[in-house]
Parts: sequence; C-alpha cells; structure tokens
Amino acid sequence: MPDDLQKYEDNWETSMGAWFPGEKVTLRGKDVLTELNDYRWLEYLLFSVTGRYSPRLARLIEGMWVICTSFPDPRLWNNRIAALAGTARSTGVLGSAGALAISEATIYGLKPIKGGMDFLYRISEKLYAGEELGDLVSAEMKKYRGIYGYGRPVVDQDERVGPLLTFAQSLNAGQGPFTKLAFDVDDYLANSRYKYRINASGVVAGLLADEGIDPEQHYHLATLTFTAGVIPCFMDASKKPEGAFFPLRTSRINYEGTEELRAWGK
Amino acid sequence: MIDEDKQEKITTKIWREVPEDDNPFAAAACYCAGFDVFGDVLRNASYIDYLYLLFKHEPPTAGASKLLEGLALALANPGLRDHSVRAAMCAAVGGSTRASALIASISVGAGNLGGGREVYTAVNCWQACGTDLAAWEAIIKSPPQEERVDVWMPMEHAPGFDPNGVSCPKPVRQTLAYLAEISDGNSLAWLMQHREKLEAFAKAPLAMSGVAAAAMNDLSLSAEESEILFMLLRLPGAAAHSIEQEKLGWRRYPFFGNGLKLMPYDQVSDED
Repeated sequence: MPDDLQKYEDNWETSMGAWFPGEKVTLRGKDVLTELNDYRWLEYLLFSVTGRYSPRLARLIEGMWVICTSFPDPRLWNNRIAALAGTARSTGVLGSAGALAISEATIYGLKPIKGGMDFLYRISEKLYAGEELGDLVSAEMKKYRGIYGYGRPVVDQDERVGPLLTFAQSLNAGQGPFTKLAFDVDDYLANSRYKYRINASGVVAGLLADEGIDPEQHYHLATLTFTAGVIPCFMDASKKPEGAFFPLRTSRINYEGTEELRAWGK
Repeated sequence: MIDEDKQEKITTKIWREVPEDDNPFAAAACYCAGFDVFGDVLRNASYIDYLYLLFKHEPPTAGASKLLEGLALALANPGLRDHSVRAAMCAAVGGSTRASALIASISVGAGNLGGGREVYTAVNCWQACGTDLAAWEAIIKSPPQEERVDVWMPMEHAPGFDPNGVSCPKPVRQTLAYLAEISDGNSLAWLMQHREKLEAFAKAPLAMSGVAAAAMNDLSLSAEESEILFMLLRLPGAAAHSIEQEKLGWRRYPFFGNGLKLMPYDQVSDED
C-alpha cells in the first residue's frame, strides 16, 4: 500500500486556510471576516499569495495591472478568446476562462512574466559571482533565442515602459538593484546586434524583484492580470450581431497542403 | 469591394474549403489533406481514421488505425477517481456549465502526474532514448534539468511511471499487452519486454501515461501531438461522469467534511 496516499486519505492538513461553515473563514492564520475584512482586494490577493500585508506593494501591483495588462483590444490573443466567445454567444465566464488559460503564453503573458523575473534573479547571482553582463546576456540569447522581458511582438517600442516607471516612482519604487539590472540589460541589447528593448514585463520583473517578490509569487500574483481588459471584449462582441467578430470567408484559408483530390480507400 | 488576395490569411496544410456560390462565408466542400470530408470521408472512414488523418495528413495503415483505436478506447475513461474526471464531476455537482466540466477536466488532466504534460515529457524520452536501455537508465536516474523556470513545475518522478504506485496495475499491463500485440512499431513491444527493469530504475511502476507515450511513439506522433491527443482522448469519461453526477447533485458527492485539519500559521508579516 502506498504510504503517502494512505497518510493523506481523508486528511488534508493545511495552514493556508479554511472555511468553517456558519462560523469563520481563515487565510494564513488570519480571520477573514474580522481581521482581513478591511483589506482592499489586491491587498488580500498579495496576502494570499505571499503572506505579506503591504498596501503600498498592493497599490504598485494594481497600477501595473492597469498600465500594462488591461488593454481592451479584441485583437490581442487572449482578449480575442473573450470576443470570440461573445460573438459565438458563449458565456462571459467561459470567455474569460479561455482568455485566462491562454494568457500562459510564450510571446506575451505568464511565461514572460515569470521568466523575466527568473532571468533577473539568475543573472544577478552570476554577476555577483564575477561574470560579465554582456557574456551572460549573449549566452542567454544564444541558448534560448530570446530573453523574457525584452522584445515585443508587433512593435519594437513598448509604450507602457514610461508610464509604468512614472507610476512606480510615485510609490518610491524603481530605485532598486533589480530595476537597474533590468535596464542595464536593455542598454546592452539596444547596442547589440539583437536590437531588443525592454518591455513592460521586464520592467515589472525588476520593480517587483526589488520588492522581494520571487518568480513563483510573481506568477501567481499575475494570474488575473489581464482580466479587466478581457471582459469588455466579450461584452462588446456579445452586443453586436451573432458571428460578427472578424468573420472569415473561405478565401481566408491559405491552403498549402496537397492539391491532389484523394479518394478514401483508393 | 474587398480584395481577397490582400486580406490576412490563415495558413494550413490540413484544411481547404470551396465556398458556396451564394455565400463566401459558408463552405460547399471541405477537404482534409485532399479528402472530401463530407462527400467521402464521412461515408467511408472511421472516426479514428479521420482523427489520424487530421494529425498526420495521411490515412492510417490498418495497423496504425487499430493501434489508435485501442489507445483511444483505453484512455477514454480514466475512471471516476482520476483527478481529471473528479474535476469534471466537481463542475457538475455545483451546477456549473457543461463546458466548464470539460475545461476543468483538461486543466487538471494536463499535468505532470498522469496528464498531458507527463506524456509530452515521456514521448521526448522515447525520442531521446529509443530502445536503448542504458539511455533510459541514464535519463530516469539523471533527468535533464532546465535552467530557466517554466509555468510547468519540474517533473517529480520518472515520466510514465506512477510515484504513488506499488506494482503495475492490471489494466496498465492489459493495455500494454494488447497494444504491443497489435502495434507495428517496436516501442510498445520493447516496453513490454523491459518494463520491470525500467520500473526498477524509476523506483515506481509503469503508469497508463507511460503506455500511452509508447503507443504515441509507435504512431510516430510528436511530443506536442501526443500531449494534446492524450488530453483529447481522455475526455469522454469526464463528460459521461459529469453528466451522471450533475443529476445526482452535490449532496451525494464527497465534500471531505471531516477531512481538513487547520494547522497553526506563523509566517505572517505586516510591512506598512
């Protein structure tokens, strides 16, 4: 008999939290109804993910969500799921769920969000051990053909970087070593043959690493980061005629397969 | 007037359509890899053959068709204790949308433990090791370490083996034996022959995901194709069980009412 499974059978020991029906709710040792009831929602999220209570950090993250990840453009890949759900007359939550799921993307979204911060932590350790920034960045580019947090699909420049820094400075953020490192890498890349520039996820990674957030916490905190941009896309499409969202005529298929007409079984 | 040539297009080797005369947004004929889907495939092919055609762009040989059919049947219902099926039933007993039952099932059944990601990793092992026992020993005992973090957690056990298993369960052995018998490839037969040695390296018994990975390799499916097909093929059971539980309701479904024990928490920090 497997020991672990037997040990856990009808036995989930947790210090994370629980609901005691009709009585109380706890999260990380606090009573939600009496101790956390005044928290703003992002303060509560920060506390749930990290165990930290910091209105300033919660406000910083909230601003990042507005500035960086809540663009209500239905052409953006994750938003488009909500718009497609709306035009196909699915439900709002299913549209948002699909959009949320695909936000774990490579060219944008959760992989760059988590990977960008991981990159800063990794090279920071190596720099501390005496390695050269240029060598580290080149090695990363060579190995992975890109660096999370740098470069951007569709356009080169990221219009979010300036407003994000301005907002961060208003909360006394942006002066730490990880933010500096993020921009040192930007400088190196801009002057190299790669020509990549820092994008918002690279700046956010630096800012939040300076606040002591680690990549795993950063990833979990960012789970819902796109949601406020997703929902309007569903609403908009659901108010327009059925099927009206960027309809495709058959000629929109660029077929590159066999031209031969084949018969099954022959 | 729209210039169709200048419109952005979706490129595919799988699908071609001919428009209806009266509506450029409706297809009069659909061709999958050159076969007329509704004029020919519908009448003459099996569902499994069509599934194979979609992925491989060629009709299956008789052997490949039989192997995929057997694999699809073996995977169709992981049983209601499986994590992915439990997810679907959770949706059902709460009265959630039926779509959410399938979404929940795929979300849970996607992972490293018995899920799509495990099959992906295991098929990559097949591609790296083939039927070289020493290579399997090396990759099981010293799995490759990724320097970068990923949204996927690192594997915590040898891919294709059950870290919570004791001996290889009979349904896994029965599936392996049958699929090895009908497969034209050599992965399943080799796995059948070396199962116990591999289990000793892994310190865990072979799991259904491991059989599926070998079958996928015998079907020459890529790791990506294997991952997505595995998740797809396991949905029928999730669907059927969720519909059943929807009718029975939450009162007849475990809540583990006495199963949770709240322990002291001492990592609270107030900063501001």
